[in-house]
Amino acid sequence: MVLNFKAMKYIDEYRNKDIVVGIAEEIKKNSTKKVKIMEVCGGHTMSIQKFGIPYLLPDTVELISGPGCPVCVTSRGFIDKAIAYARMDDVIITTYGDLIRVPGSHSTLDKEKAKGADVRIVYSILDALMVAKKNRRKKVVFLGIGFETTAPASAAGIIKAQMAGLRNFFLFSAHKVMPPAMETLIDEGVEIDGYIGPGHVSTITGEGIYADIPKIFGLGVVISGFEPVDLMQSVLMLVKQIENNDPKVEIQYKRVVKPEGNIKAQQMLDEVFEPGDDWWRGLGVLKDSGLKIREKYSMHNAEVQIPVEVAPPIEPKGCICGEILKGLKKPKDCKLFAKVCTPSDPVGACMVSSEGSCAAYYLYNR
Amino acid sequence: MKKNDTILLGHGSGGKLSHDLIESIFVKYFDNDFLRQQTDSAILNLGNKKIAYTTDSYVVDPIFFPGGNIGNLAIAGTVNDLAVSGAIPKYLSCGFIIEEGFPIGDLEKIVKTMAIDAKEAGVVIVTGDTKVVDRGKCDKIFINTSGVGLIEEENVNIGSGTEIEIGDKIIINGSIGDHGMAVMAARNDLKINAEIISDCACLNNMINEVSKKIKVKFMRDATRGGIGTVLSELSKNRKFGVHVQEDKIPIQEGVRGMCELLGFDPLYVANEGKVVMVVGKNDANEVVKILKKNTFGKNASIIGDIKDEHLGTAWLETVIGGKRIIDMLSGQQLPRIC
Amino acid sequence: MCLSIPARIEKINGETAVCSVGKSTYEASLQMLEIEEVKVGDYVLIHTGFAIQKLDTEEAEASLKTFEEFKKMNDDLDLEEEQEGSRIV
Repeated sequence: MVLNFKAMKYIDEYRNKDIVVGIAEEIKKNSTKKVKIMEVCGGHTMSIQKFGIPYLLPDTVELISGPGCPVCVTSRGFIDKAIAYARMDDVIITTYGDLIRVPGSHSTLDKEKAKGADVRIVYSILDALMVAKKNRRKKVVFLGIGFETTAPASAAGIIKAQMAGLRNFFLFSAHKVMPPAMETLIDEGVEIDGYIGPGHVSTITGEGIYADIPKIFGLGVVISGFEPVDLMQSVLMLVKQIENNDPKVEIQYKRVVKPEGNIKAQQMLDEVFEPGDDWWRGLGVLKDSGLKIREKYSMHNAEVQIPVEVAPPIEPKGCICGEILKGLKKPKDCKLFAKVCTPSDPVGACMVSSEGSCAAYYLYNR
Repeated sequence: MKKNDTILLGHGSGGKLSHDLIESIFVKYFDNDFLRQQTDSAILNLGNKKIAYTTDSYVVDPIFFPGGNIGNLAIAGTVNDLAVSGAIPKYLSCGFIIEEGFPIGDLEKIVKTMAIDAKEAGVVIVTGDTKVVDRGKCDKIFINTSGVGLIEEENVNIGSGTEIEIGDKIIINGSIGDHGMAVMAARNDLKINAEIISDCACLNNMINEVSKKIKVKFMRDATRGGIGTVLSELSKNRKFGVHVQEDKIPIQEGVRGMCELLGFDPLYVANEGKVVMVVGKNDANEVVKILKKNTFGKNASIIGDIKDEHLGTAWLETVIGGKRIIDMLSGQQLPRIC
Repeated sequence: MCLSIPARIEKINGETAVCSVGKSTYEASLQMLEIEEVKVGDYVLIHTGFAIQKLDTEEAEASLKTFEEFKKMNDDLDLEEEQEGSRIV
């Protein structure tokens, strides 16, 4: 019951119960085969759980959560290195809130902060730039996580830092791109019948990056928005594709995703980053799946400018985050789930990140 | 993963970490029947009377925020803890820890506020203490208030809710998340502007207007951790389920927009003038009517009911008719990218 | 990933724009958009402090129209339920 209601335009209309129920009926009517649909975007995981969408779908449609949470797929080694930076007296760590409680091999950024490390949570890399401006004698390291939605922000930040001559500002990049992960999952034989495509990644990249998925693997991708109506409509579109054996890339989220994406943002990405092999929790090393800072901007690359020794990461016994990320197992299948590994005391990243499968499951679905 | 060996900010946020800390340290060593209840106030026998006793500390930053200051919180927090336990708040103590260099003008503003609020609430501040610490050893000013109130025998179960029955209704006196988001907006390191005002208020008079006419079975004030935490706590280990309807929960537009922007769930955002009540199903409409006549209950609403399903759980029927569990928050809510 | 929210541009200050979501406002960077292509009254998606795309309001209105069909379907089913005491689905 919203007081002084002023419709949040282009948000509220997509939360209309009647429309959602109408689409649910249509899905029921059209769905004859049992299908597994995977979403690969943490924002989708959150939305699906927050609005209780699985409850509205027929038994024939199962939604699986894939490796769409950038926190969850970030290696333990990245956190260990970030912690090593945090422990340096002349370093200020700036980070998105998502990373603060992710477990490294021995500690978390949260705990380092409690011990006195200068770790600051920011909403935007632009805030981190301000920190760098105000603290010239310190090295300000920004932890760059996220996929193609967030990487352009890091690119924009680096370009700005370069122009402003902010020599004490550094990016530690763990940025990744989605399509290699989506293709590897199918290659590894994970049973999926279609993908709900990441809506905001696609806002930047456009639809072209998914072209191989129907072509080579025979699976459809419907690029979806984040409101309940969007997700329900995307499920309907995928169900129809599967029933008609007509896999293709479709854009449900037309109000935001253009087929060509955001060209300017793509150019900024290309200016600052180049593809490189990267390690994904649960998937291992994927070719050209990471965004590495180009030589041209190496003066702002934390890994180049701030050398630090870090021991090889230690993975906890019993943690099956990797398999959960691939949608092979559900949180309930993990021996540690809800017993040893809980949101307040997480073992693996799937539980720490508020949109990791395990956290979402624990919070909304137990 | 090793257990925490240092205190984290999350330990103070009123959610799961706080609970764990209380259980594993404070209740463990101070162990007694009263403490184990973990209600807002302790109910004690003093001679042939029953009193309610509570304490709270206030460390908010910024100390002046839209809708009030730390002084308002210091009075309202303790008065409300007593009132929601079913007691009539009578006397407060207050202790100040002040940082060297703190402007006396600001101190005066805060104390003046406290005097006004106490008078309106009908409580008297009868004892206090002041300490000053070196610059940097505390953040401007910290306040602790303790309070005692008289409680009638028939009301002693209000804090623990042992008289709740299937079919009872759940009521809130107004919109959620106002305080938490007002403070967040005031911090301004987020560069967000929102016209949100804290809901900080002493609710004892409003609560009294209800309880003198109607039997209230349960009350808890929703502070840090939000109503989500209260509803989750209410359901734990109970032989009933707590069912809440999202579209019946009042929320201000400004709060909603800001929560969307930052990715916060309003259910878990702090309040300082909200009470969750459980009353019999035939009394619910009357309670709402009475609340609406009071300044602090203008937007009162029946938000849910006690059901004979999903025992021991609190769950939300979402705006689109979906279902999800309301659990306790594990740390603090932080601005996220995802 | 991708907490982004549609917000209305209220004012443009060079490279940034003051945008509103409901009654809250936030000043976002326009670095990722062609500034000539945005104006006051446009809706943009804000993500981590940047406007990352302009909303195509025509598409939005078109999609909302198609949703009317679903609404109608639901209404028809409700009516059927009232009249016959049950629904097909």
